[in-house]
Amino acid sequence: MNSQERLDFPFFKQEKLIYLDSAATSQKPQSVIDSLVNYYSYNNANIHRGVYALAQKTTDQFEMVRNQVAHFINAKKSEEIVFTKGATQSLNWVVFGYFARFLKPGDEILISVMEHHSNLVPWQELAKKTGAELRYVKLDQNEQLDLDDLLTKLNSRVKVVSIAQVSNVLGCINPVKKIASLAHKFGALVVVDGAQAVGHMTVDVGELDCDFYCFSGHKMFGPTGIGVLYGKYKLLDQLKPVEYGGEMIDEVDYQASTFKELPLRLEAGTQNIAGVIGLGAAIDYLNQIGLKRISKHNQEITELAFDKLRKIPGLKIYGSANPKEHHDVISFNLAGIHPHDAATVLDSFGVEVRAGHHCAEVLMRYLKIPACLRASFHLYNDESDVLQLVSAIKEVQRFFKHGTV
Amino acid sequence: MEQSKLMNLYREMIVEFGRDPHNFGELENPSVTTELHNPSCGDVLVLQMDIDDSEIKQIKFSGSGCIISQASASMMTDLIQHKSLKEAKKLKLTFSKMITDPDPNDLSELGDAEILQGVRLFPARIKCATLAWNALEKSIGKLEEDNG
Repeated sequence: MNSQERLDFPFFKQEKLIYLDSAATSQKPQSVIDSLVNYYSYNNANIHRGVYALAQKTTDQFEMVRNQVAHFINAKKSEEIVFTKGATQSLNWVVFGYFARFLKPGDEILISVMEHHSNLVPWQELAKKTGAELRYVKLDQNEQLDLDDLLTKLNSRVKVVSIAQVSNVLGCINPVKKIASLAHKFGALVVVDGAQAVGHMTVDVGELDCDFYCFSGHKMFGPTGIGVLYGKYKLLDQLKPVEYGGEMIDEVDYQASTFKELPLRLEAGTQNIAGVIGLGAAIDYLNQIGLKRISKHNQEITELAFDKLRKIPGLKIYGSANPKEHHDVISFNLAGIHPHDAATVLDSFGVEVRAGHHCAEVLMRYLKIPACLRASFHLYNDESDVLQLVSAIKEVQRFFKHGTV
Repeated sequence: MEQSKLMNLYREMIVEFGRDPHNFGELENPSVTTELHNPSCGDVLVLQMDIDDSEIKQIKFSGSGCIISQASASMMTDLIQHKSLKEAKKLKLTFSKMITDPDPNDLSELGDAEILQGVRLFPARIKCATLAWNALEKSIGKLEEDNG
């Protein structure tokens, strides 16, 4: 199905592993790996500091990626793009650099029960710090975000609605555009955790009309340790740095300093230059394949897997009963078999899935399960991966029933 | 992965212990209760002990987890019952060594728990096998603190 694209990823040239954990981190194409090697081999210089030609060339390349990211998610200008070490840091900066300044007792923070810990724990801490109340939107009967519940909980005390665009466990797409429009009517701002969305589908922050959007590079074929914080310029301009130090300053006196304009004001210290360059290469690669094509391919694989998995007796899938509402992620459990035991046996067949709570412990509590298995898919997965997953699951069931493989 | 390694990890006795664990439940008036989590997987283990004159009179555990963690807790509680705290501490060390050391010394003092040495070949599962033993160590630590 995608043998050509699979070859772009050196990972798959080694002994064949059925890699079904892209929601944790995606594999990297050769072009991204080459961009890192190339930077460290031939273009290694710090940015925004040197006056020599190489430093300028690297600075230009770094800033070009900022433009590229702005274009990729349709931000109005490149100053709205701040580089971070990942979605978690982006979300923390939004929480502690922006909302910590404005929230007070009596205010409300609205998130959903399906949030990843990175879009949950910082809000808990902020609630404790400011006296604001953290409230959760429930799921509906189809285990999707309950919009009616969201509407019930929206009121003028809600200052922020923070939500994942795609759930890393349920695989559903949350209607961010609609949520933003509703939240804005009540004067609340909207923060989006886009870690599971970017690289899987076209993301247009202008169309979504969200106020902040956070994502990581490593789930979209880029390197680890690089992420993006997007914010509407006016809001981002009010976000206070969480870190202070070199290169973010304008002038430093004995007792006080002034700071640069956005985005450099928020990027203290030497940046993950290779990471940014690698992120640029990842965006090039995504554009070259085409997000529509990636999204279509991933959807086909996910639906195929959903169809095969739901026919296995004793296998329960979490989230919507409709395969079309699962975006590149299927979470499930096998009756009578703990997900860890299942994952170890699947691993013995070369099938790599994640087992655990997927950094979504509140969702596990909500679903009343200790943990689950998760198969997640991307461009390089094909039908044979799905078939091997299915046959390995049957081996797991046989193993724990009869004690042999 | 060789299937024989897998068979070694899930020996029949381990699966039996894991599915039908001994000493599962709660004590009425425990001298010490320790709850431990395996944060990467959501496993919870509550260990309770009744201590009299530095001897473990009764020990029970509850919570949820995989076969390896339940079997390990089951075997540990069987072994530790009626031992002194000092002996229990020593057995914990022997178990930890078995799980990490490719060439451990004599393991016979671990009784049934010796069978868990196959876990060593599955580094991702070491946390599951050691959860109950870590709870034991923590409980003993608490008791020593109280008496110290």
